[in-house]
Formats: sequence, structure tokens, C-alpha cells
Amino acid sequence: MKHSMKLPLYITVATFVLAYAACVAQYPNMLSSRVIANLLTDNAFLGITAVGMTFVILSGGIDLSVGSVIAFTGVFLAVVLRDTSLHPLSAFALALLIATVFGAAMGATIHYLEMPPFIVTLAGMFLMRGLAYVLSTESVPIDHAFYGWLQSLYWQAPGGGRFRITGLLLLVTFGVAMVVLHRTRLGRNVYALGGSAQTAQLMGVPCARTTIAIYAISGGLAGLAGIVFSLYTSAGYSLATVGTELDAIAAVVIGGTLLSGGSGFVAGTFFGIMIMGLIQTYIVFDGSLSSWWTKIVIGGLLFTFIMLQKGLAWLTTARIPRANGSTARS
Amino acid sequence: MIRSTLRRVTPQLIILALILALNMVMFPGFFHVEVHNGRLFGNLIDVLNRGAPVALLSVGMTLVIATRGIDLSVGAVMAISGAVAASVITGGASWIVAVLAALGAGALCGLWNGVLVAVLRIQPIVATLVLMVAGRGIAQLLTEGAILTFNDPGLVRLGGGTILSLPTPIWIWIGVAALVGLVVRRSALGLLIEATGINERSARLAGINARVLLIAVYLVAGLCAALAGVVVAADIRGADANNAGLWMELDAILAVVIGGTSLLGGRFSITASLLGALIIQSVNSAILMSGMAVEFNLVIKAVIIITILVIQSPRVRHWIYLLRASSGPGPMPRQPASRTPKIEEGRP
Repeated sequence: MKHSMKLPLYITVATFVLAYAACVAQYPNMLSSRVIANLLTDNAFLGITAVGMTFVILSGGIDLSVGSVIAFTGVFLAVVLRDTSLHPLSAFALALLIATVFGAAMGATIHYLEMPPFIVTLAGMFLMRGLAYVLSTESVPIDHAFYGWLQSLYWQAPGGGRFRITGLLLLVTFGVAMVVLHRTRLGRNVYALGGSAQTAQLMGVPCARTTIAIYAISGGLAGLAGIVFSLYTSAGYSLATVGTELDAIAAVVIGGTLLSGGSGFVAGTFFGIMIMGLIQTYIVFDGSLSSWWTKIVIGGLLFTFIMLQKGLAWLTTARIPRANGSTARS
Repeated sequence: MIRSTLRRVTPQLIILALILALNMVMFPGFFHVEVHNGRLFGNLIDVLNRGAPVALLSVGMTLVIATRGIDLSVGAVMAISGAVAASVITGGASWIVAVLAALGAGALCGLWNGVLVAVLRIQPIVATLVLMVAGRGIAQLLTEGAILTFNDPGLVRLGGGTILSLPTPIWIWIGVAALVGLVVRRSALGLLIEATGINERSARLAGINARVLLIAVYLVAGLCAALAGVVVAADIRGADANNAGLWMELDAILAVVIGGTSLLGGRFSITASLLGALIIQSVNSAILMSGMAVEFNLVIKAVIIITILVIQSPRVRHWIYLLRASSGPGPMPRQPASRTPKIEEGRP
């Protein structure tokens, strides 16, 4: 059973390696530290968001508000740094706090009012996007010495790749998420909740606390992604990162996590992000492909991976002897 | 039949009346309707006209949600059908052929979703996510990234013309809603859809061909989306693959939820969903007309929607029920719609 659960993860990793090898075969220049460093830097904010999304989806929920939270955080930081003399670090802390509290509030609404996560986070998405508009409808540039210093921090790898601090943050986030999900009680509760909320309840899993924690984590990580995004673009714009939630969900699904919850690995999400980044890099390298092919290919990949998971599920359930009636798939 | 429908949609009617009354207070000439060049003008007409795309989408979406599904792809399908209609008409065909081609494209998209959900047993939210992501790319492929404009009077009339001095989009959405409503409620189909949504397995065991039913429901959603796409394209006289129907699936889902149809499937009311669509549109126009800074639009909309949703949530309805039950004998309140959601939210 353990093997069948990890199989989607292996397939995702294999897909990434094969796709990368195919790219390198066509464009040898893609095998450089520069490309790898850019993969990490360009996808840092999406990756961090996807970690939070993995928590939510593992618990059987969904969070549509993350794109708006990223945009809000970016605008918030830009406006605070423009209008006050607050140090960026305190602004970061404030932004993280707001995003986390917002996530927790959504979690509490979902749990206590028994409303479906889809609709609660949809309303949250409108609210956060609206708050970003209220702060500023124009793109606000960030021009602060501390930002410049943070952006100038990088480790130059042989080959010219610049590994920036945001890429490091992405890796650290994934590392911490792995430890939390697989080595702590909270992680176990997340999986239990996603497997079956009722069973989890009966086993004594604190459903209220766990649900609120999950959405707080997702909100907080979206806030962190907003900070990374503002470092990446040096500006806050309320129309930025529209639709990031869908990219994050797609990455989680490509990474082998079941949208019904309870099964999946955060490591898979990492490779999901990398595969999506690879497609974009390939299109840039090719130069003749139009940007809309990204969408079509990602859609096709989504479909392939879903079918793959379905096939696996079918194989594993078919092994159960027929004696106990029809196969229980719903 | 009519009385039970009225009772079902009372909350939505009250909300709509409240918002319209609010409009009236803020903007005294709100209900003023006049005839110019044989066409009715007025804010009320405008709400009905501008609400057409979401109203059309919400008809199909209601059926999909009633089967415990969801269709995220309708916005992308709108973009595809608009692109198809525009490219067919710029190719020199008549507008009827263009509309039929667009409907064909919508039907194809609906079939694809339906097969994924009903035959391959993929969760609706993921199954339709595929087309949502890829669909806009396909639409851009059709228009080659540009905005395809057209000037065919027949097609333009669908978006900007009038019939009996009412704008055509209003006729289209009312016609489609009436047709679907009649087919669903004057036959057993509606009941079968509800049965499938409540418990697909027992519906199957009771002899319902749930598979065909599910495919049909997604097909209807695709057709409705295609029609909405044609209306939007005809309105701006061009197919904008990037922006046509962008995020409109969310508005349609909201309309259905405000209409009181549970995302967990089961009982549905197309009338209530249409009222939901009108509520969303009147909130939009109220905010626009109030002359408030545009920045506040989305926040106000979000707050109103959250309020409506919280009032309608099973838990709050239960509290209201308890409150009314404890305050002595009164009219028997409607059963709170807490068909206890077993799987996702089995909490105390």
C-alpha cells in the first residue's frame, strides 16, 4: 500500500527528469546553473504558495484566496514603505500577521459555520483583491535600501547561475513543510482530516484547531509568497498574480496529491512546480512558440496526471478480492 | 407548483428587493424606464441586460451543482465559443452558421467535461479545471492571440439589438431559462438530477442512468456557456480570447449559491439562481451608480456576498430556527437545509 501511495510521486519526479533530459537534448544550454537558478527564483512565490495549497488540499479543502493575498501583501508592503518610516522587516512581520489571521478567520468560518471551503475562500478572494484595490489601484514601486540589499544577496554558482535568497526561501519552506507534515502531530492530523473528517473526529483529532491551523498556514505562506513576489518585482500592484491559485492547485495535482484529500506529498508539489517552470523555460528557449501553448500544455499535463492517478487507484482497488461486493469507488 | 416555487425563492426575492430599494434610495431615478428609438432604456433594463451572461451560465451551473458537481470551465468555454463564432463569421459564413458552430464548440466542451466526470470518474472540480486552464489557450490559438472583430449585423443584433423594444440578451436568457426549467420540471428529469446529486449510488441502484444524466448536465452547461460567449462577443463586436468570460465561472457559482442551491448537491431551483444572478448584477450597478470610488467596489461586493452566504449557512440557519422555535409558537419555519454534510464536514 505504501508503494502505491508513493508511486505518483515517483512518476512526477521521473516526468521532470525525463522532460528536462529531453529539453537538454534539444537545447544543451538548458543544462546550466543559470537555468536552474532561474527556475528557483522565478517560481519561488508560486512554490511557496503551493506548499500552503498542499496542506489545504491534503485536508480535503481548497483555498482560492491565495492569489489575492499575494497581491494584497505586495501592495500593503509597497504602501507601508512609501508612506511610513517602518523598517521593511517590521512591515514583513505585519504583512505575515495579517495574512495568517485572514487565513485563520477563513478556517474558522469553514469549520464553525459549516460552509464549503470553495465558497468561503472564493469570498475571501474577492475581499482581499478588493482591499488591495482600496490601498492602491496603481502599481506602487518599492525603493528602499534594504530591498536593494536583499536583492543583491546571491551565491554565484560556477556557470553563472545566481542563487538568490528567494530561491533559498523556497527550498527552506519545502523542507519545513516536509518536517511538519511527516514528523509532527499537526501533519498527522492534516492527513487524518483529509482521509475522512468524521473518522478523524471520532479518533479525537481536534478538527476545529486543525482546520483553522491549515488555513492559517495557507494564508501565512501566501503572505510570505507576497513578500517574495514584491522582492521579485520591486513593486506592489493590485492586479498582479490573478489566477495564481489555479497554478498552485495545478502544481499540487501534477505533484500527485489527490484533490479529495488524505493522500500526497509536499515533495511532489515541488516537482510539480518545477515541471511547470520547465515548460515556460522551454517556450522561452524555443522562441517560436506562442505563450498560449503554456496553458494548453499545462492543461494536457493536468489531464495526464489525473488519468495516471485514476489508473493507479483502479489498479490498487482491483487487487481487492471481489468477495466483498462491488468495488467501492464513489 | 407556482406557490411552492414562490416559497422557495422568498429569501432571494427579499434580498433582491432590499438591494433594489437601496438603489432606489441612493438613486431616485432607478426605476425610471423610457423608450428611445423603439428601445427601452433605464437602469432596471440595464441590470437585466448586463446580467445576461451570468444568468445564462447560472442556468447550466445550477444543474451541474445539483448533481454535486461544479463546472469551472464555463468562462473558458465562453472564450472558445466567442472565438469560434468570430472566426466562422470572418470566414464569410452567415451568422446562423456562426452561432451553430459556437454552440457546437460549447457542446463539445460540455461533452468532454461530462465524459471526464461520468465515465472516467474524475472529481468535477479537477475535471473541469483541465478545460479551464487549457480552454483559454485553445481560444487564443483560434484567434491567434488577437481580438477578432466582426460587423455582421445578424450576429451583432444578438448582443446589442432589440426585440419588441427589449434588448435581445434579455430575451435569450429568459428563453433559455424557461426552456430548461420547463424540460427539467415538467418531466422527471429534475427529480432524477436531484436524486443523483444526493446519492449517486442509490440513484444508480434505483435504476437511474446516472452516467447519461451527468453527461447531459455538463452538456447543457457547455451549451449555456457557448450562448453566453456569443452574447458577450456580439456585444463588443469581437472575440477577446484573453478576457471574454474571465472569472465569470465564479460569478455563476456565486449566483447559484446565493440562490440557495447547496454545493453538496440535491435540491435546486433555477429561478432562485437567476435571482442570485440578478442580485449580483444589482449590487454591481448599485456600487457603480453610487458614485463611490471604484476602489471600494470589490470590497463592498465581497462584504455583501459574505453577509448573504453567512445568513444562508446551515449553522446560522439552524440558530435562527432554534431562536424562532424557542420564542413560542409561530409559523413553522422551513426546515434548515442542513442535510448534514457527511463527508466534508462531519463535525459536532
